[in-house]
Amino acid sequence: MIDKRVASPAEAVTDIFDGATVMIGGFGEAGSPIELIHALIDQGAKGLTVVSNNTGTGLVGLAALLRAERVAKVICSFPKTAGSTVFPDLYRAGKVQLELVPQGTLAERIRAGGAGVAAFYTPTGVGTPLAEGKEVRVFNGREHVLEHGLRADFTLIKGRVADTHGNVMFHRTARNFAPMMATAAEVTIVQAAAVVDAGTLDAEAIVTQGIFVDRVVHVGQPQLESALNEAGASYP
Amino acid sequence: MNSAATGTRAAIGWTREDIARRLAQDIPNGSYVNLGIGIPELVAKCVPEGRTLVYHTENGLLGMGPSPAAGQGDPELINAGKRQVTMMPGAAFFDQATSFAMIRGGHLDLSVLGALQVAANGDLANWSTGADDAIPAVGGAMDLVAGVKNVYVMTTHTTKDGEPKLVTQCTYPLTGRGVVNRIYSDLAVIDITARGFELVELAPGVSFEFVQERTGAPILRSESRPSGH
Repeated sequence: MIDKRVASPAEAVTDIFDGATVMIGGFGEAGSPIELIHALIDQGAKGLTVVSNNTGTGLVGLAALLRAERVAKVICSFPKTAGSTVFPDLYRAGKVQLELVPQGTLAERIRAGGAGVAAFYTPTGVGTPLAEGKEVRVFNGREHVLEHGLRADFTLIKGRVADTHGNVMFHRTARNFAPMMATAAEVTIVQAAAVVDAGTLDAEAIVTQGIFVDRVVHVGQPQLESALNEAGASYP
Repeated sequence: MNSAATGTRAAIGWTREDIARRLAQDIPNGSYVNLGIGIPELVAKCVPEGRTLVYHTENGLLGMGPSPAAGQGDPELINAGKRQVTMMPGAAFFDQATSFAMIRGGHLDLSVLGALQVAANGDLANWSTGADDAIPAVGGAMDLVAGVKNVYVMTTHTTKDGEPKLVTQCTYPLTGRGVVNRIYSDLAVIDITARGFELVELAPGVSFEFVQERTGAPILRSESRPSGH
């Protein structure tokens, strides 16, 4: 019998170690696994490299992880969303490194990492500061820049429903990076608003397959960044 | 004060709604379109009656609809600007790799973006002024300009200080090289051709000389240009 359920977010993130690379799903607040991030703050791992499209807003979730100074480096495409103050302050103070990656290149680097593709060539970014120092090669008369696949030690994502085998379905635009990130980490951890027995989900409609998922934790009423921020919340 | 910065009807040139309307005229029925965050979003409100466009938002939705009614939104149904949106009949969700396969694989028909500068060779700068204290952020702009078949820029013709945004060479960090096809400004519609900027149309009441004076590179006037472009 396979059962990937763990009892709590705290148990799910217990082995995340100092210096680990952690991919965190979400585009803005959509898909941000707030409870897993908060559990990671409680857990205390530091010196993390975080791969995520944004850097959070307010003083909760990803922004709270940064504010707790657990993150040494961020790999992302857009770290200055409206309402985002923690990252800009840390960045200007030299307390966090930034690797800026075009959003599609970020997605493809994660996809490649998860698919066993070491690197690929893309025209995105050619001639821009983000291609500086990278190999450029001409294919079909057009310049392409070499980009490397990305892998992580852990991935934290949020699903709408998961089953005990780790199959996951998502909610609308909360899907975003989660399916790629699930493939690219040694350990993929899913928080899901509902967890059901294997065999319950429509096998034709499963988005992330259980082979990519190691742990499933039930978070029935997941919090949202906007609601927490409206309430003036901060974590811890 | 230019009209596109304020949205009010200025004495000279098109308002930003006028620009959006003018641009929307040029988008064929059935096009798959990505509108940049901000002023380009106005295009969706100006599409001529009888045309249906399918809007792509790079965070993972094809068939994006307008903002929801108050209280009807879903915090996890958002656009690339992280604002709540709706979905149209026929809409579909997908992950980021698929979304950018649509962009980078040349499947989208049109990308409309804002600009800091556009050069006569089609270079675009629209993501960073390169200022030391700026937080660099690029999102999907470099992917869009590299991958989408047509890239239209919607912009004021000059900066708030009156400096030309249409230039010989961009001084800001590039988003992409040789990627822009056409510019819709408050003063004119201008194509990027192998010969540089080429006038398509002047805003009503605007003279060619007026536009040229506010442009950092020569604009060609093609006498033989086909009409109805």
